[in-house]
Amino acid sequence: MKHVYGWLLLTPAAILLVGFTHYPAAMTLFDSFFSTGTVVRPSRFVGLDNYAALADDPIFWQVLGNNFWFALGTIPSAIALAMVMALWVNEKLPARALVRMAYFTPTVLPMIAVANIWLFFYTPQIGLLDQFNALFGVASHNWLGDPDTVLGAVMLMVVWKEAGFFMIFYLAALQSLPPELEEAAKIEGASRWYFFRRVTFPLLMPTTLFVLVNATINSFKLVDHLFILTKGGPDNASSLLLYYIYQVAFSFFDTAYASTLTVVLLALLAGLAVLQFLLIERRVHYR
Amino acid sequence: MRGRLLETGAAWLLALIWLGPLAYAFWAAFHPAHFATHFNLLAPLTLENFAKAWTYAPFPRHFLNTMILVTMILAAQLVLCTLAGYAFARFEFAGHNIAFGLVLVQLMIMPEVLIVENYRIMARLGLVDTILGIGLPYMASAFGTFLLRQTFKTVPRELEDAARVEGCSFLGVLWRVYVPLARPTYLAYGLVSVSYHWNNFLWPLVVTNSVQTRPLTVGLAIFGAPESGVDWAVISAGTLMAVAPLLVAFLLFQRQFMQSFMQAGIK
Repeated sequence: MKHVYGWLLLTPAAILLVGFTHYPAAMTLFDSFFSTGTVVRPSRFVGLDNYAALADDPIFWQVLGNNFWFALGTIPSAIALAMVMALWVNEKLPARALVRMAYFTPTVLPMIAVANIWLFFYTPQIGLLDQFNALFGVASHNWLGDPDTVLGAVMLMVVWKEAGFFMIFYLAALQSLPPELEEAAKIEGASRWYFFRRVTFPLLMPTTLFVLVNATINSFKLVDHLFILTKGGPDNASSLLLYYIYQVAFSFFDTAYASTLTVVLLALLAGLAVLQFLLIERRVHYR
Repeated sequence: MRGRLLETGAAWLLALIWLGPLAYAFWAAFHPAHFATHFNLLAPLTLENFAKAWTYAPFPRHFLNTMILVTMILAAQLVLCTLAGYAFARFEFAGHNIAFGLVLVQLMIMPEVLIVENYRIMARLGLVDTILGIGLPYMASAFGTFLLRQTFKTVPRELEDAARVEGCSFLGVLWRVYVPLARPTYLAYGLVSVSYHWNNFLWPLVVTNSVQTRPLTVGLAIFGAPESGVDWAVISAGTLMAVAPLLVAFLLFQRQFMQSFMQAGIK
């Protein structure tokens, strides 16, 4: 009986899950071996041609590189900030609730709204950043129009958006640490920096690993801001893999190539899943 | 002591910087367009930007669409995830381990990664440019199933047995014993789901193409595009309107929000 009931309960969810996750994921792989069909030339099997095109596509490599720099630029700084924020908010700080709210607020805002506001900061001449710089005699600069500064400008915004979200995980971890540790350190006369370096930081390591993996996954999935700020430009200098997939599929209408790109993204996410699994295993071991 | 004071100052400064962008949006939205780039404490206040934003873009329609979308997704998620979570928590049916593993795949491969294929599926189902089409891929949520399974597993078996003795059917047990005990989980999950779908953008953008179906985020993106030629003050007003319901809810129920997001993340 339990077999029948179990499957009956699961069926409604299973149909939707298979229909919109497993089936499309499998079809993505399948489609990547075919050409994009048109009215005059129907889709046909092309083997690994799409993958060969991918290897020769400079934009693909550029976008992948951007993803790498984007992750490297946003994740460590957001994590470091999140840790500092959590340490501050965890102490007896005047107006602590207000400070905590300030740090967390960007998390509840949609990326589109955030990008709308930040776009104005980066606007040449009249934007806030240029007005501020003008006070110090720094010349106006087109932050989002210059391939050298665009990725950095976008990263800054993403760090602002994400640090508060990571903070709450550190806050939870800090609150679960036994208070005796700090008392003992005080009696021993350890400085606060020493205590952080030798006690708090190592104890926060599992949280850091957890946040690290999640932040990396997010860095592949979050591209909303590009639609407002840069459209991936100039010359794809700020484009990310998922945004490129969107462009190839819905602006250039090359669905077969978009599927091939999606396979790469799926492989990357699967790799991260395996990594996360291994990390969780390790975490259990040293507890 | 001086170190502490310095730290407090730094914490406050960072808080001010973190509130800055939102504070700026408020400044721009409540003053005439001219003051968006000129700060003057004596600048006159106005609500005109909100009035303009409200008429420049079909905001009422976008609001309605988002409300329908968020409600529809949450309602379906609650039903589907409750049933599936109950199955995984209490029925050791054949293949439940493999099935659970397959459900968890969705944690990694969210629907927004599969925009190309899912668009094709929606086209075949005739659901392109419908609100149902935006919501459908998210309704069977792996995360919700997982969260409820964990919660249901903590319910003592004796409670279920007692209810059984009283003559409850297995769905009756679910409804009378498990669901009431999982209320905090439902609240946490509901908050996360509503925030997520209120803010979601990429998939709704792909699958909609008319005012009748576009949610707020997509409407806002079109409205805020530089090509639209709308000035900063009006864009700020529109942006604030779009985020207002969620922002107000957050300010009122801060603690609950942070706890829910934390539970959602830790899994």
